[in-house]
Amino acid sequence: MKARSLVPILYILFLMLPIYWLVAMSFKTTNEILGGFSLFPQVWTLDNYRVIFTDPTWYWGYFNSISYVTLNTVISLAAALPAAYAFSRYSFMGDKHLFFWLLTNRMAPVAVFALPFFQLYSAVGLFDTYLAVALAHCLFNIPLAVWILEGFMSGIPKELDETAFVDGYSFPRFFTTIFVPTIKAGIGVTAFFLFMFSWVELLLAKTLTAVYAKPIAAVMTRTASSAGYELGLLAAAGVLTIIPGAIVIYFVRNYIAKGFALGRV
Amino acid sequence: MAKITLDSLRHSYLDAPAGDDDFALKRMDLEWKDGGAYALLGPSGCGKTTLLNIISGLLTPSEGRVLFDERDVTDEPPDRRNIAQVFQFPVIYDTMSVYNNLAFPLRNRGVPEDQVDARVREIAEILDLSNRLRTRASGLGPDDKQKISMGRGLVRNDVNVIMFDEPLTVIDPAQKWKLRSKVKELHQKIGVTMIYVTHDQTEALTFADQVVVMQDGEIVQIGTPVDLFECPRHTFVGHFIGSPGMNILPCEMDGGRATFQGVTVETAGTPAAPAGARTEIGIRPEFVSLGATGIPARVRKAADIGRHTVLDAMAGDVPVSAIIDGAAPEPGSEIHLVFNPAHTRVYADGWLAMQESTT
Amino acid sequence: MKTQNQRGWLFVLPVLILVAFNALVPLMTVVNYSVQETFGDNLFFWHGLGWFEDVLRSERFHAALGRQVLFTATILIIEVPLGVAIALTMPRKGFWVPVCLVLMSLPLLIPWNVVGAMWNIFTLPDIGLLGYFLNNVVGIDYNMTQSPLAAWVTVIVMDVWHWTSLVVLLAYAGLISIPDAYYQAAKIDAASGWAVFRHIQLPKMKRVLTIAILLRFMDSFNIYTEPFVLTGGGPGNSTTFLSIDLVKVALGQFDLGPAAAMSLIYFAFTLLVSWLFYTIMTRDEQ
Repeated sequence: MKARSLVPILYILFLMLPIYWLVAMSFKTTNEILGGFSLFPQVWTLDNYRVIFTDPTWYWGYFNSISYVTLNTVISLAAALPAAYAFSRYSFMGDKHLFFWLLTNRMAPVAVFALPFFQLYSAVGLFDTYLAVALAHCLFNIPLAVWILEGFMSGIPKELDETAFVDGYSFPRFFTTIFVPTIKAGIGVTAFFLFMFSWVELLLAKTLTAVYAKPIAAVMTRTASSAGYELGLLAAAGVLTIIPGAIVIYFVRNYIAKGFALGRV
Repeated sequence: MAKITLDSLRHSYLDAPAGDDDFALKRMDLEWKDGGAYALLGPSGCGKTTLLNIISGLLTPSEGRVLFDERDVTDEPPDRRNIAQVFQFPVIYDTMSVYNNLAFPLRNRGVPEDQVDARVREIAEILDLSNRLRTRASGLGPDDKQKISMGRGLVRNDVNVIMFDEPLTVIDPAQKWKLRSKVKELHQKIGVTMIYVTHDQTEALTFADQVVVMQDGEIVQIGTPVDLFECPRHTFVGHFIGSPGMNILPCEMDGGRATFQGVTVETAGTPAAPAGARTEIGIRPEFVSLGATGIPARVRKAADIGRHTVLDAMAGDVPVSAIIDGAAPEPGSEIHLVFNPAHTRVYADGWLAMQESTT
Repeated sequence: MKTQNQRGWLFVLPVLILVAFNALVPLMTVVNYSVQETFGDNLFFWHGLGWFEDVLRSERFHAALGRQVLFTATILIIEVPLGVAIALTMPRKGFWVPVCLVLMSLPLLIPWNVVGAMWNIFTLPDIGLLGYFLNNVVGIDYNMTQSPLAAWVTVIVMDVWHWTSLVVLLAYAGLISIPDAYYQAAKIDAASGWAVFRHIQLPKMKRVLTIAILLRFMDSFNIYTEPFVLTGGGPGNSTTFLSIDLVKVALGQFDLGPAAAMSLIYFAFTLLVSWLFYTIMTRDEQ
């Protein structure tokens, strides 16, 4: 073990401390939490988790979040794939400006745009649906998807396309049966980032939902404030929001670094 | 400058190599003479780059020693060996100008700035880079980038050896010959030892005085281009060098003479194949001709390559090629092949098996 | 080279529609608010550029902008070098690579309000791990709800905790794309560790670092949820960054006009800085 490996080890330790504390809290009883400081739970309890798994508001919150995140990932990928292909292969009028304009949409202060978003989605009758959140998250996810995918596609030689066309493939058939499978690592990485940014965003998701599509994170804040100071319950819900992300990272662990390295970042 | 000696060298990338197969480089003893122009030739994955990295110090061999003159440098790091290496893909410091790229190795060694300047200008002159000293290196073409890599080695006036690891891979065909003759010219001008790794026989044969042919981590032959052509010590060399390569024809030994397809074949000297060995006749297509009598064969096809015709024939079920002058027989016609005895040799288990070889 | 082909537009169309729907309509609404005055009851009056003048002159906006710039500058100064340093010391191959990547990515995948809540629990003076440790073991009087300094430090440490991994991931991706030959050539040239970093690793990471800095700049300039949950902008106004202030104005006081003008000014500011930075960093790539 060399001295230099101390840096990542210390960093990971630093990352894990607050997470550990959240996990520890989630297994403590309310009495223990309010009773004072304890490094480990003195009495292990699953009560906090039991509450979440038996209360429909809670578990529907999870289902809602996962639904709109998945929907957003699918929509963003479907729209971004052809666009990224166009940016990587063709030069057309205004392409550079268009690309920069797409990227600027990450810069809009979401906090203020929340109200117009609410009005917009109410006007088109999508308020409080999965589709509303999924579409709204396209604002920052599609530019990201186009950018990452474009990097991957530029790494694929044009000869692949040309050979396929010479072999008599139509464009849609080439795109779906040859091109997409070729860049599946890139699609995996992109999907990871899309999932990530849609999963962690709350402001728009909260604004655009009321009952039927309310995300888990919003359930958390509301429960926490209405039911008083239930730290244990809050911690358990927090732990459960980390799990889907952790599962996703585990599956793409080998692609994250490699994906970026292949892309033209 | 120095003579480089490899003393019972072996290398394995595994921690605990068991058999011979675990070694990327099999045991070798080799001497590179001071000021020689060597080519290290072999197919991809034969251990060329491993050998190169051991000489430059990027790898420490599992066994054996590396000597520069009589000094043991086996455990010395690359920067203390005074060597230069040009890699397959040009390595340059993108953010620096051409001048600073060339000055970099000297400045790292704390050479005074006035000496650095003189040296950089001198080397830039030799490499035709003088008028581009102030440009940023990242903007240059791959051929100029390779020259810079070379120059970073040459600026040190005590450089022991310059090693080239397939340096022309990314160069345009049009620029290839230019850069190659530049390297050759440099060798003549400054007389530094050069080792040039390649899998391209033309590059190796045109560059080197001595070609070292490797296969499967083993050196199969060292010799001048003419040696390799005329008297391959191993069927691999015969087959790898030449176009088309040497005919390797399975034969029987009968009372010290070789027979192929039932016909006794005259050889250059007396074959000395150990009993039980797999024996083959080696003859280059250049030395096969047509005759009224000889080995019966049937023409498969003939390809006109300008002044000569490459003939593809079947002697029984063994393919034989021949390079002949004049009109080629029609495909399908029956012919007789004659082997020039002075260039016909017998190989046992791949290795040359002759009592006296005429070279 | 790329072929000139206007068919590109056809491919970009779905993206264009989706993003324009989400970007242009709300943006126009905000622009609309910013030039009007309302007294409630959905009655609006033309107000010209009045709100813009008011906002640009207001002490409150200056203060929030000042806090925002200080915050963004601080986290960039900490996160970028730290992220690069961690990427440099990470293993390049073997079993530990995925372990490091998975553990380091974890904070990136936690919903932002959970991040705020988690740090709140972590730093509670009496029962939080960090709060308890600082107060009772180290002996510092640490209470975020009372000391602006403590609040500031906590918000910054939280952001470092949350986002440094993004810089690490990007920098690491840049590093592993450097071919071995570069390091070998540097060894032969007797380059020092610093020279290797300065002349090989840093130039190769330039592109990814540009992107990392841009993303961190844009996202930290829009930061809302985490500090809102953690400190609520307090104590006082000490951690009221631009977005928090904006929401206070827009939803708290329902002053839509000034809020809209303020967000446009601040959108323009972000855009300008990003564009300048991007242009300068990519200047010599033809």
